[in-house]
Amino acid sequence: MKQKVSLGSRLFDFFNITFMIVLIIVMAYPMVYVFSASISNNALVASGAVLLWPKKITLIAYEQLIYNPDLWVSYWNTIRYTALHTVLTLIATSAMAYPLAKRWLPGRRVILLMAAFTLLFSGGMIPTFLIVQRLGLLDTIWAIVLPSLISTWYLFIMRTFFEGLPEELEDAAAIDGCGSMQILVRIVLPLSLPVMVTIGLFTAVNQWNSFFSALIYLNDREMYPLQIMLRNILIAGTNVQGEGDLTHLETLKYAMIIIATLPILCVYPFIQKYFVQGTMIGGIKG
Amino acid sequence: MAQLSRIGYVLKKHKALYLLMLPGILYYLIFKYAPMYGIIIAFQDYSIGRGIWGSKFVGLKHFIEFFYVTPDAWKLIRNTIMLNVYDLLFHFPAPIILAVLFHELKSKWFKRFVQNISYMPHFLSTVVIAGILVTFLSPTTGVINHLLVKLFGIEPIMFLGMPEWFRTVYVGSEIWQKVGWGTILYLAAIAGIDPMLYEAAKMDGANRWQQIRHITFVGMVPVMIILFVLTLGNFMEASFEKILLIYNTMNYETSDVINTFVYRRGILDADFSFATAVGLFQSAIGFILVVAVNRIVRKYSETSLW
Repeated sequence: MKQKVSLGSRLFDFFNITFMIVLIIVMAYPMVYVFSASISNNALVASGAVLLWPKKITLIAYEQLIYNPDLWVSYWNTIRYTALHTVLTLIATSAMAYPLAKRWLPGRRVILLMAAFTLLFSGGMIPTFLIVQRLGLLDTIWAIVLPSLISTWYLFIMRTFFEGLPEELEDAAAIDGCGSMQILVRIVLPLSLPVMVTIGLFTAVNQWNSFFSALIYLNDREMYPLQIMLRNILIAGTNVQGEGDLTHLETLKYAMIIIATLPILCVYPFIQKYFVQGTMIGGIKG
Repeated sequence: MAQLSRIGYVLKKHKALYLLMLPGILYYLIFKYAPMYGIIIAFQDYSIGRGIWGSKFVGLKHFIEFFYVTPDAWKLIRNTIMLNVYDLLFHFPAPIILAVLFHELKSKWFKRFVQNISYMPHFLSTVVIAGILVTFLSPTTGVINHLLVKLFGIEPIMFLGMPEWFRTVYVGSEIWQKVGWGTILYLAAIAGIDPMLYEAAKMDGANRWQQIRHITFVGMVPVMIILFVLTLGNFMEASFEKILLIYNTMNYETSDVINTFVYRRGILDADFSFATAVGLFQSAIGFILVVAVNRIVRKYSETSLW
């Protein structure tokens, strides 16, 4: 059926597309600028000569950072915090979600309610800090990993996913003499790859980007993750070059942003669809 | 006795399943429920040496001190509420509008392209966002001020040094970072709308605005309700980590919120009991808000959180 396109409708399309183009510029400009500034001449960035495209291209800021040992220490810290956190989160979350997906399991409701209540109320920053301190976790990798080990949202997402798996497969395995543990590892987990990848990626990106737990739980410089180093340079104004040397002050900041964000920007195109999926699985259950 | 042996029997029968849950349950007990128990120190003069059982009980002393003695108490409460009200007013509707506009785009590849660009800021860390804000908004070297000078001839503005600019900067950057990502759930809701509804509406001569209003918008209402209740659940929290990074003594007047205060008094000054009391005041309000709103929502619509 051919529709008559009214003037109003065409005007709407025109403004909508114009708006989208403005939106693209607004969203992309800061990222483009950060990149351009990071490879430009410091004086031109500071004086405002660089507005979009790089000028007097130089990699000096990156060179300065690469020879900074603190950067590599913090990079390594971030990598190991992220790896350990992601692995342990996946293990603990799936191990807890699997029994919770069994509707006939006695006590299931109580445990679900216990988990759900933490979404509404929490002990707060100080009591949690005191527990971590009491357990002697301060200045260890465990202070970063354990307090945020299980996210109740991910637990519910995974439980919902497990509930949707066909019961018959598990029953067949049980008849063949598989225990619950074996069924989980051999049958349920391989079938749950999409949800595992999604939650793994969510956890990894969150941990890569997080700074607050490191801020309150870590005092040892050797333990600082990337985000803390980034904060010290960008916001607290710590000079990476050492006292008094301001020759690359501005461009160093932008280069540091790129170095810290690069891994995420590199994998973003590949993982983007998992994120969208994951948000929707979580959303369906509310 | 009979009850106990029954529990014993059930535990034994499903031993493997309960063992699987054990680490998770321990996690909740240690890192979620023990801190809730730790709230007791809000009513004590807690000292690390004496511990939670040995510290002196002082009743509401810390609450009274906060409300009657702390000169900034009302400023903190006002800032917390105002930042969140502005966020709710501008940030909550933004993804709804954007989702409708995305949906109205005819070209599929263009739609996907804009969507992907708009999701990007979501993946930047809070520190990067704060760092971009601080460097971009700098009155001497920031690009925003350079642009303002070049394009409009405006004198450089010290955005982060002026209390009157803080709320705009805060809410603006929240929208910038989260609006694109926020459309995902709404777009999923729109995708779930039966295309027949649009066909029928066209037959009846509904124009595009009427279709948006009566079909697209209505289709998004359940998601809106859920997200609204959830947003209110975090109402008192704000994006505290971002505030912590971009606030400074010059803009405390509008930027200092309850959480940043709790951080300074509790973590930096180690004034544990007092900070816990202030934190408890905040989480209690948050809890009451979400329960009340959910109750109201449940009364008037089919969708609610529980």
